[in-house]
Amino acid sequence: MTLDAKVPAGPIAQKWDRHKFEMKLVNPANKRKFTIIVAGTGLAGASAAASLGELGYNVLNFCIQDSPRRAHSIAAQGGINAAKNYQNDGDSVYRLFYDTVKGGDYRSREANVYRLAQLSVNIIDHCVAQGVPFAREYGGLLDNRSFGGAQVSRTFYARGQTGQQLLLGAYQSLMRQVRRKTVRLFARREMLDLVVVDGKARGIVCRNLMTGALERYAADAVVLATGGYGTVYYLSTNAVNSNVTAAWRAHKRGALFANPSFTQIHPTCIPVSGEHQSKLTLMSESLRNDGRVWVPKKKGDKRPPEQIPEDERDYYLERKYPSFGNLVPRDVASRNAKQATDEGRGVGESGLAVYLDFKDAIQRLGPEVIKQKYGNLFHMYQKITDENPYKVPMRIYPAIHYTMGGLWVDYNLMSNLPGLHVLGEANFSDHGANRLGASALMQGLADGYFIIPYTIGDYLAGTPLPKVTIDHDAFKEAADNSQRQINRLLSVKGNRGIREIHRELGRIMWDDVGMARTETSLRRALEAIPKLRDEFWHTVSVPGTNDNLNQSLEYAGRVADYLEFAELLALDALHRRESCGGHFREESQTPDGEALRDDDHFMYVAAWEFTGVGRQPELHKEALHFEEVHPTQRSYK
Amino acid sequence: MRLNLRIWRQPGPASAGRLVDYVAGGVSPDMSFLEMLDVVNEGLVRKGEDAIAFDSDCREGICGTCSLVVNGIAHGPDRGTTVCQLHMRRFKDGDTITVEPWRARAFPVVKDLVVDRSALDRIIAAGGYVSVNVGGAPDGNTIPIPKAVVEAAMDSAACIGCGACVAACKNASAHLFMSAKIAHLALLPQGQQERRNRVTAMIAQADEEGFGSCSNEGECEAVCPKEIPISNIARMTREYIKASLAGVK
Repeated sequence: MTLDAKVPAGPIAQKWDRHKFEMKLVNPANKRKFTIIVAGTGLAGASAAASLGELGYNVLNFCIQDSPRRAHSIAAQGGINAAKNYQNDGDSVYRLFYDTVKGGDYRSREANVYRLAQLSVNIIDHCVAQGVPFAREYGGLLDNRSFGGAQVSRTFYARGQTGQQLLLGAYQSLMRQVRRKTVRLFARREMLDLVVVDGKARGIVCRNLMTGALERYAADAVVLATGGYGTVYYLSTNAVNSNVTAAWRAHKRGALFANPSFTQIHPTCIPVSGEHQSKLTLMSESLRNDGRVWVPKKKGDKRPPEQIPEDERDYYLERKYPSFGNLVPRDVASRNAKQATDEGRGVGESGLAVYLDFKDAIQRLGPEVIKQKYGNLFHMYQKITDENPYKVPMRIYPAIHYTMGGLWVDYNLMSNLPGLHVLGEANFSDHGANRLGASALMQGLADGYFIIPYTIGDYLAGTPLPKVTIDHDAFKEAADNSQRQINRLLSVKGNRGIREIHRELGRIMWDDVGMARTETSLRRALEAIPKLRDEFWHTVSVPGTNDNLNQSLEYAGRVADYLEFAELLALDALHRRESCGGHFREESQTPDGEALRDDDHFMYVAAWEFTGVGRQPELHKEALHFEEVHPTQRSYK
Repeated sequence: MRLNLRIWRQPGPASAGRLVDYVAGGVSPDMSFLEMLDVVNEGLVRKGEDAIAFDSDCREGICGTCSLVVNGIAHGPDRGTTVCQLHMRRFKDGDTITVEPWRARAFPVVKDLVVDRSALDRIIAAGGYVSVNVGGAPDGNTIPIPKAVVEAAMDSAACIGCGACVAACKNASAHLFMSAKIAHLALLPQGQQERRNRVTAMIAQADEEGFGSCSNEGECEAVCPKEIPISNIARMTREYIKASLAGVK
């Protein structure tokens, strides 16, 4: 198989415009004759379903939640980037493009990233028109802030609820199309299989979570926008129902999975408090604009923070990275926190935390300004930890937050399986080995509002698509396949809890495939995962039946998929014997402990082909070419 | 801590439900309320018993999925808090805690503590949006909005659509939910074109769904996890009267 990214010819700034002109169009009168399935209603899914509905396609939109408005995009706090240069501080499309390629540590596809930067400005305009209440200056114009590692202020925000407000904008547009009957909405449905007919994605099988019925839907094209796989680590900042199932099952049907080891660890999360913990809570890294990160200079210093004098504190980010200070990219901030705690200088009861201190900012700006900027985050922190961050420094620790890897897609956001399109966090394309802050919302909405409406038209207009109905053998086979897995889960009747096994998987992943990975740790994980998978299938207890709402059964299915997927993630991490972005191999670092890339051997996208559970997947490489941004060693000194 | 739980169990929409007693042992004060239920469920699952069904997703108070009535109060005793952000330090060893689903005619029970809130989506579908298609928007800064106005709109837009307001209201009214969206869009210039039709259509849809009317008790405001004030309802009523006087049906 050769991977063709289908990047259009021409200078980078003209590729997308030229491509838009060259793509085929679907006649307006014919659009309603095409049915498109969109799985997922987050920023990418809802914006795609709404836009395709607006164009007149017949859209079927699915989500596992009770309402499309609850997708996990809603939890994004900090903001959305756009190269508007409203602040006159030197931003441009090219700079956003440059920063994103560099931030991704030269493991993303230049042409995709450039297009993303171009479209960023349109996203803001559209969201403003929808009535998204972005923060404003006193003069009434849009306000911006600088965010996680950027030296210009290009981040638009709506208090600490930017993801929520953008998602509600997309959701409202979606509900408008539901009312107009261009979109049919199917809530509480979980996609369990992709149906491939004559080599093309032509439908899905999903479980009606309320009745347990397996439902079949046929279409001319399928769009997956089902998010990331962070919960493979059990504890993450993702919602508890986020999962890899739809993407993994599409992978088992032939879609390549790219760079699964590229996971992002977010530096500013609330530390773990105990075994019972079900998820970790992220606090926007905008906090790092005013908070100063420190640990005691002495090992094992257990004094309360206010008793540690200034000269016994180590503001290690400011010390090591004088030009970026507390605003270094996420992977750098996270690894340094791990290093400080590994050295025994961690704080709090567990020693697995560092301080984020607002004392200076409160003195400089006053508590009212701090409250206005971060009020909801401070409130949330206090609720969870029972400590007042206006009085004592916050304790933070890194947690899994976002996954850059995902199903492989070409420039048109189509996977190697014709007709299967993948958007948002579920694909791999734009963030390389590390995503910059405030870029996830941008990518989800660029994919859904501005890219897929064009590229899917080109596919539909240029592809012979004979009519397929749900009686086709491929649908029957896929439904039977899903039913078998459900029956198998219900019939184990063991005595171990699903959560217990998931927690154990998470521990393997965090300890051995987490923030710092070594050949030894990865090999250990690759031994442990299949063992745990085997144990799961012999000892798991999945109570209840399949004919009604059964959350244990839903959860068990997702954990079963994670137990397969985790192996691929570890394998990808093992094969990539270089450090890049969020993927840190201890064997590959500079003398001062920074990630050291190996461009001669690893400047490619690793796209894996499924060959069977527990069998070595086949590696396909998409070589990356950097014509605009010359790869350099990242340095934030 | 050791707690006595009385939890609503109902096998399906058509079956009768009842309160069932459970004991939760080894509860840590740092647990969230839902993590406490996770632990109870883990025990049930290990024994092969049907887990207690309840909805939750983000577990950080923003998605609006969790929906439990704790000791008679939607989202429990803490103000401005979803039940996923309620912590067990709020309770004492030996407490008895009753847990029930949202109760409203428009929210039929799916199972145990899970209800169907799709009626709220249909209210939004009736008009809770600005009708703009992708593609034609002018530059964002061509629509200046005073800071105070956008802040007020944001106060209303912060609604997470959980439905606690409905659950707390003796009339099972969705007025706070609805009015938050109406106020958000009525305050902003973008919402002006459809202002009158929006309020009329959304209220008509709420009536059709079986939500009740408002009798100004303020229970909704008291339980709202985002502390959205009841003044939104007053604004909605004014919008509705203006629309009626303008002859919008």
